[in-house]
Amino acid sequence: MTWRSDRRERPVHVPDGFLDAPTSLATGALAAAGVAVALRKAGRELDEKTAPMAGLVAAFIFATQMLNFPVGAGTSGHLIGGALAAVLVGPWTAILCMSVVLLTQALLFADGGVTAIGTNVSLMGVITVAAGFAVFSLVRRMAPRSARGVVVGSFLAALVSVPAAAAAFVFLFEVGGTAEISLATVASAMIGWHILIGVGEAFITALTVSSVMAVRPDLVYGARSLLTKRQLLIRPDHAADVAT
Amino acid sequence: MGASHGHRLHYHGHSRIHRLPAECKVVALVAFVLCVVATPRGAYWAYGVDAVALGLAIAWSHVPVGYLAKRMVVEVPFVIFALLLPFIALGHRIEVAGLSVSQAGLESGLTLLCRATLGVVAALLLAATTEPRDIIAGLEGKLPRRMVQIMAMMVRYLDVTSDQLRRMRIARESRGFVARNPRHWPVLAQSAGAFFVRSYERGERVHLAMLARGYDGQLPGLTRAVPRRHDWVVASLLPLAACVTALWTWGQR
Repeated sequence: MTWRSDRRERPVHVPDGFLDAPTSLATGALAAAGVAVALRKAGRELDEKTAPMAGLVAAFIFATQMLNFPVGAGTSGHLIGGALAAVLVGPWTAILCMSVVLLTQALLFADGGVTAIGTNVSLMGVITVAAGFAVFSLVRRMAPRSARGVVVGSFLAALVSVPAAAAAFVFLFEVGGTAEISLATVASAMIGWHILIGVGEAFITALTVSSVMAVRPDLVYGARSLLTKRQLLIRPDHAADVAT
Repeated sequence: MGASHGHRLHYHGHSRIHRLPAECKVVALVAFVLCVVATPRGAYWAYGVDAVALGLAIAWSHVPVGYLAKRMVVEVPFVIFALLLPFIALGHRIEVAGLSVSQAGLESGLTLLCRATLGVVAALLLAATTEPRDIIAGLEGKLPRRMVQIMAMMVRYLDVTSDQLRRMRIARESRGFVARNPRHWPVLAQSAGAFFVRSYERGERVHLAMLARGYDGQLPGLTRAVPRRHDWVVASLLPLAACVTALWTWGQR
């Protein structure tokens, strides 16, 4: 999640010329590898429905990123949505959807540099989803198997996902940044700020997941293990009542 | 929600640039920006040459400059960053207009501003002169087919879903609710949750409707203009100019 004034309507993307060419190529390779693995594994989450379903999920993320969450004093926050997508549709589909969203924003909306597509996909598409889902799985393993566990897990997943992407950005900037700023300045500004931003992302992600859990828990990928435990109960005494 | 979604970047026209096959323009855009980024830092006249070349391409496309300029707001956060750079960067400090600034920071700030601006304007020109469905069709064969299909479905339904979100906002506002601070987030998040359920269910309906019409994993209708040799020649003019400029600048060093 990023805060900013209402002028821009989406999280901030890395533009052209921010990182040097070798770093951009390396992040491009990382993004391509992430997407390639996701393409192979996403079949398990959505089977043959991949194209239509993932397309609509991507449209959901795209539109949700433009939703204003007012902070007060005229500023508002915008969701990145990596952790939210990971919990709702599973990590592999989430990587695919986030990558498609970022690619579309670069090519159709001039948002984020075309030479920085790899960087943006790596940071916002792969790292937020991977870090978020890792935390989510960890929490699910430790917390009791309940709806509350899923909501707490998605809160912590989103909380970690944003500073994780910011930390990765600081690393990239240190390796291939095109400006001489001390590591301490970049790190404290980026990570400090994004911890705050992560808190907003966490609240909205958890609230959104819990509202989906309330009406259609079967649609929440992260809650599937809860549903398989539910069994249809037929109580003999009531069955006898109905029969007579 | 903003007014920037949908397909509103496209500017209808019939110029040579509009008629170029999308894949030529995408390749030209990437090559142009790569050359701009590869131009050594501090070579401002080289960025000036790139800007003139890009300006000629814009003039040729008949897209009004004001149309593109309005949409350059996406760059604003980085303009702020570039302006701050001279003050926060390290290294030898010099006096400019009575202010002590870092020489290296000033150079990288200006360079970043030049590169990012050229990148944004070039990308805007692509988006303004190319229909979204043509860009997607042009990506066929260059990206994994499933990615292109997801992108095609997403762009096809983007207006539908954005409109749904807009209707939900109007419904909230007509009941007297306008979110003003974080205490109102639960209501907005509930809308987002309902929006997810509706998007997902729409995806299921669309998928079933596609199956009923014989969908077998292939998306028909992604037809595209096959680029001919002179299309590639026209498309290569802009990146060629930037490439020659970059090489010339490196040769001068």
